[in-house]
Amino acid sequence: MKLTNRSVQIDRSPMTFSERIYLPSIAKGLSITLSHIFKKKATVNYPEQKRPFSPVFRGLHVLNRDEEGRERCTACGLCALACPAEAITMEAAERKPGEEHLYREEKYAAKYEINMLRCIFCGYCEEACPKDAVYLSETVMPVSYTRDHFIYKKEDLLIQHPKKQDSGK
Amino acid sequence: MLLLQVDTALVLEKIILITVILMGSLGIAMYATWAERKVAAVMQDRRGPNRAGPLGLLQPLADGLKLFFKEEIIPDRSTRFLFILGPCLAMLTATMTSAIIPWGPDYVMDNGHVVSLQVADINIGILFVFGVVSLGVYGVMLGGWASNNKFSLLSSIRAASQAISYELALGISLIALLMLTGTLSLREIVAQQHGFWDNGYFTWNFFKQPLGFLIFLICTFAELNRAPFDLPEAESELNMGYHQEYSSMKLGFYLFAEYINMFISSAILSTLFFGGYNFPFMDQVAAAVHPLLFTLICVGVLLTKVVGFILFFMFVRWTLPRFRYDQLMRIGWTSLIPLALANMLLTGIAILWIFKS
Repeated sequence: MKLTNRSVQIDRSPMTFSERIYLPSIAKGLSITLSHIFKKKATVNYPEQKRPFSPVFRGLHVLNRDEEGRERCTACGLCALACPAEAITMEAAERKPGEEHLYREEKYAAKYEINMLRCIFCGYCEEACPKDAVYLSETVMPVSYTRDHFIYKKEDLLIQHPKKQDSGK
Repeated sequence: MLLLQVDTALVLEKIILITVILMGSLGIAMYATWAERKVAAVMQDRRGPNRAGPLGLLQPLADGLKLFFKEEIIPDRSTRFLFILGPCLAMLTATMTSAIIPWGPDYVMDNGHVVSLQVADINIGILFVFGVVSLGVYGVMLGGWASNNKFSLLSSIRAASQAISYELALGISLIALLMLTGTLSLREIVAQQHGFWDNGYFTWNFFKQPLGFLIFLICTFAELNRAPFDLPEAESELNMGYHQEYSSMKLGFYLFAEYINMFISSAILSTLFFGGYNFPFMDQVAAAVHPLLFTLICVGVLLTKVVGFILFFMFVRWTLPRFRYDQLMRIGWTSLIPLALANMLLTGIAILWIFKS
């Protein structure tokens, strides 16, 4: 059965003299490696030079804020429901009067944790979120020696306050 | 009294020469490790070492330092004395062969004193190299055997049988060359290849013995345990090979000895077949410049050839896959030895009919 049109019929005829003495093949091989000396390097100098991620790359999660710096998440639990790895857990709380500048809706996530050891970075949480609160960013997860560090709390996930960030720096 | 004075001067001169050659070959071997990685990188479209110093030039120093600081492990069940002797022997035999290579023409000082750039012009010449090279097998053999590890033992047996098999073809291909030169002394062989073109003939032995050179080159690859003949270090089959149980600088010695061997082999190849320190138009250059400068130019020419050979060794290593062991033995015994014998026969016929008549 022919699966692709790239298959080649194997030549099983006995080797010719030039094939048997092997040296022409060696010369051919050497010429191939020689030609690679003049080719462009495929590598980049990593820490100084970084490759851009592909637009569909799914990296570490962030919890988004709105324009005024309020948390968008309302702890609806749809992300946790959508998560096939069951990595997300949360606890909801009610917004008190005077906290309107902190939370966008009446309900907010008092606790929001993602276990990065379970997470498979499928992006379903991002799709499920009705409030545009959880996003997968273009960062690679930092390494760690302890398992505790991989349970990301809310303070690890929330992106910085847009106004405080400017004044903070 | 005068005799004694001359002697001390000679001894001093030789000691300086030996020191320079030893340091030089160590330095070249060090930078050969760097060059190997760089060559491999360039051929595979990578960059290679570029962190330690400009272009990664301090990499060998960093590697050496790392090896010295590593924990030294001598396996419990190893034969301790032989285990330590192995890398020492490898290193010793690697450095010993440099003694008979003429690194440059004699430099005649203004007061008539002749400084020879060869440590010892012994009249067995190239035979000394063969003797020492075959001793080099002991380094690998002892290392593999004393490790008390079956993989190491297998690998050292491979190394030994490979070295012995290829030494035959190596010797026979060289006999053809010696029939032409009529001498074993390397100094004489180089002197016969004076210049490049003489009386309508190439003077370099490569042009008189191309087949002999090819056989010699292939056997050198095998003797050096270098790819595609690096079966003693076949890490995919034998874990690591004969130096599996070695750690820190003892392992470093084995690897280092290989690079020194490569340097010396390149020097011998250039000396025997590519005219050593001779280069085209050397007589005109000799007339034009100061004798000391001329000597240095000659040394430079030889080193250029040596570096060329080293690069070629690396070039081949990163191109060809490793042979299978039965293929290796078949090439050695059924191809190279008969070819070398035929080459010897042809050379004999040529000498009898062309040169004697």
